[in-house]
Amino acid sequence: MGFQAYQGEGWLLTKAEQLINWGRSRSPWPFPYGTACCGIELMAALASSYDMARFGAERVGFSPRQCDVLIEAGTITKKMVPVLKTIYAQMAEPKWVIAVGACACTGGVFRTYSTQQGIGSIIPVDVFVPGCPPRPEGILYALLKLLDKIQEDHPLYKKRQEVAEALEAGK
Amino acid sequence: MSLKERVQRCLGDDVIAITEYRGDLGIEVPKGNIVSVLTRLKEDETLGFDFLTDLFGVDNLDYYAKKKKKPKKKAAGEEELVEEEEDKGPPPPRFEVVYLLQALKTNERLQVKIRVPEDDMEVDTITTIWKAADWPEREAFDMFGFKFRGHHNLRRLLMWDEFEDHPLRKDYPLEGKGEERHLSYD
Repeated sequence: MGFQAYQGEGWLLTKAEQLINWGRSRSPWPFPYGTACCGIELMAALASSYDMARFGAERVGFSPRQCDVLIEAGTITKKMVPVLKTIYAQMAEPKWVIAVGACACTGGVFRTYSTQQGIGSIIPVDVFVPGCPPRPEGILYALLKLLDKIQEDHPLYKKRQEVAEALEAGK
Repeated sequence: MSLKERVQRCLGDDVIAITEYRGDLGIEVPKGNIVSVLTRLKEDETLGFDFLTDLFGVDNLDYYAKKKKKPKKKAAGEEELVEEEEDKGPPPPRFEVVYLLQALKTNERLQVKIRVPEDDMEVDTITTIWKAADWPEREAFDMFGFKFRGHHNLRRLLMWDEFEDHPLRKDYPLEGKGEERHLSYD
């Protein structure tokens, strides 16, 4: 833990960045985007025996506005591509993406006219999970990897950069 | 009376070819008569094929051509004979539409086939007989490009509307031609 709380009146000594990362990494609300058999494994990962809620992925939201992690589990057909793009655009910052399964990573066995060959070329992906389909442990491991990534993030630095870029563009 | 005899009695001259494979009966009928043939099969009392199981297309590109190309390496004199035997006129039309019928009372099945040439893809719709043919005909249009004359809503079923090709045709590359779908919101 990056900070310590003292008793008495109670005060904290920490960095704002660490506080933000601590909060973000302990409540990554997932948006389940199950389009194929990987969706079944995702359900198993969310259900009681594997229980993704242990890692803060407590509330599975079905509105992209209220979610942080887009878990894309399954094949994305080319017909579906604009839908996925729209849903990603609808999510509020900060947002992350986990691509679950061979189809979401590379198109998998479906090297055909109708299948998108990996969602990495459509939306930015943070963690790829190989497997056809990957076991629930794999999805949990991906979530833990994502949490590590969130904890190493620099949200304020990024924010400062964005503001600077916006100011630069405004001139 | 066997199913084959009953079908032949019901349709008469409309049966161009008849095949039997492991107990399954298949007939080929003229393309223009498909509506009348299926109506007769449905309404005939001795047959009563009242249920359309499926409707789909077939592309036979290269299928008959490949059969012709089998070279038989024998003596020079015999080779010529073989070539003469294999030349049986022009190959059949490229496409087929297959209708799978079932009689719910007797649990008999029948496969009805029409052949569709590439330059005349118009086929009469059978949604007037079975409403169930609606989506299968849309799928066959999407995948092969049959124009079902009289269909009330002949749009693509599987691919998106702006898609231009018919992907189950044998001359369409498996990995596509790089089509992408873009949505524009007004």
